[in-house]
Amino acid sequence: MPPIEVLRRRAELLASTREFFAARDVLEVDTPLLGEGVVVEEHIDPIPCQVQVEGSNATRYLLTSPEGPMKRLLAAGSGPIYQFAHAFRDGEVGRRHAPEFTMLEWYRPGFDHHQLMDEVEAFVRTLIPEVGDNVFERKTYREVFLESASIDPFATSIEEIRRTCERLAIAVPADFENGSLDDALDLLLVCHIEPQLGAEVPLFVHDYPESQAALAQIHEDAAGRRVAERFELYIQGIELANGYHELLDASEQRRRFEAANQARVENDRPALPLDADLLEALEIGMPACAGVALGFDRLVMLATGATDIRDVRFG
Amino acid sequence: MPTANTSQFKRGLKVEIEGEPYLMAEMEFTKPGKGQAVYRTKLRNLLNGRMLDRTFKNGETLELADVEERSVQYLYQDGTYFHFMNPDSYEQYELPAEKLEDIGKFLVEEATCDVIFWNGTPISVTPPPHVELKVTYTEPGAKGNSTGNVQKPATVHTGAEITVPIFINVDDVVRVDTRTGEYIERVSKS
Repeated sequence: MPPIEVLRRRAELLASTREFFAARDVLEVDTPLLGEGVVVEEHIDPIPCQVQVEGSNATRYLLTSPEGPMKRLLAAGSGPIYQFAHAFRDGEVGRRHAPEFTMLEWYRPGFDHHQLMDEVEAFVRTLIPEVGDNVFERKTYREVFLESASIDPFATSIEEIRRTCERLAIAVPADFENGSLDDALDLLLVCHIEPQLGAEVPLFVHDYPESQAALAQIHEDAAGRRVAERFELYIQGIELANGYHELLDASEQRRRFEAANQARVENDRPALPLDADLLEALEIGMPACAGVALGFDRLVMLATGATDIRDVRFG
Repeated sequence: MPTANTSQFKRGLKVEIEGEPYLMAEMEFTKPGKGQAVYRTKLRNLLNGRMLDRTFKNGETLELADVEERSVQYLYQDGTYFHFMNPDSYEQYELPAEKLEDIGKFLVEEATCDVIFWNGTPISVTPPPHVELKVTYTEPGAKGNSTGNVQKPATVHTGAEITVPIFINVDDVVRVDTRTGEYIERVSKS
């Protein structure tokens, strides 16, 4: 159990968050944690559970993020919204991971991802003044890989990444050559690049490869590379937030969910039912918006100097 | 052979890789938010102490090693083997002297040691952290120089060569840290 002083600081941060959004007319919402379908991702597992529905057993999922219901609210005309949600991800246990954690998620109609990065920066600066006065840096995913590992993620191969890992004394998992290029990039990212990100000044990484778009829109950059309008915020090597200029195209969204399910099945993970709220929101016509999910426990870790997520939350 | 999958990985787990026993000395779960989880481990080979870095993907398994640790009493050595005994069952075990190169010279008779058994065979010995050893040879120290940090070599009854303060004499009993081989204090004077 975390020390009471840490829980006090956590409560202050919760109160400051509510003040921050109240001052900006962003509405607090509270959507269900249990869903019939989920935001399907290749590498994120929801926690299934059995519930009684009209006298028979039905499978429901503890949601990995409140994205679906929140987007359904946006489509219904809610305007800007935020939520503190407990989110669930099976199998994630580590210094910065817990299978149940607290996510702060918010959506801004009319914003693109760069405008939302501005707001995330203002938010973090308000809650944790210790981050300093420097303007947060912004670098593309490609720049970060080139600077830290001399690899162009848009023109590399698993073989080149394997050689780089060898040079950096990073052990690669078995069957590395038969995995996906994204898995290889992720290994280099977590083992070598991430620990350096945002070391001095917080850093937004943006313009992810199209294959890592998740729920973000895609555009072509000046050099003709297809990049996702997605960003991540890193502070002192901690991945704190993930945001998108949200995809609005329902059929493209369905295609990405199905592709994620296909990849899951190929890797012996169960296919998952699709989040109907989310698809319905896009079919009705969700307003153009940007959204971000911020790991609130990790924010508390940064505010208190804790190095283990178990020191800032129960469980 | 029983196995452990990645979700059961933790520090202290004893596993078998390519026919050799390892102790999981470090284990870290890492995962980019949207990306693949990996378990990064550092494994210590229980036969030779070498460290091995291995990275595992979710769901991979390792064979569990049949490794157990028991407290036993050191009896004696005969030049080729060191002999130990389980004080409860009186069962005796022997380890080849070459396996105890580093710590053999800090073993005193009847010392309680931790022995690691792999598939029922002893593979390594950890002596108690501190042992008392009798000095069998050292140059006499200069009179009046009993303070300060002046050090000199000394040989103890188990054959170990250690460094002691200048005031230590032959037949003094000294306490030594078996992990570092360092002198801690004088226990009794000759």
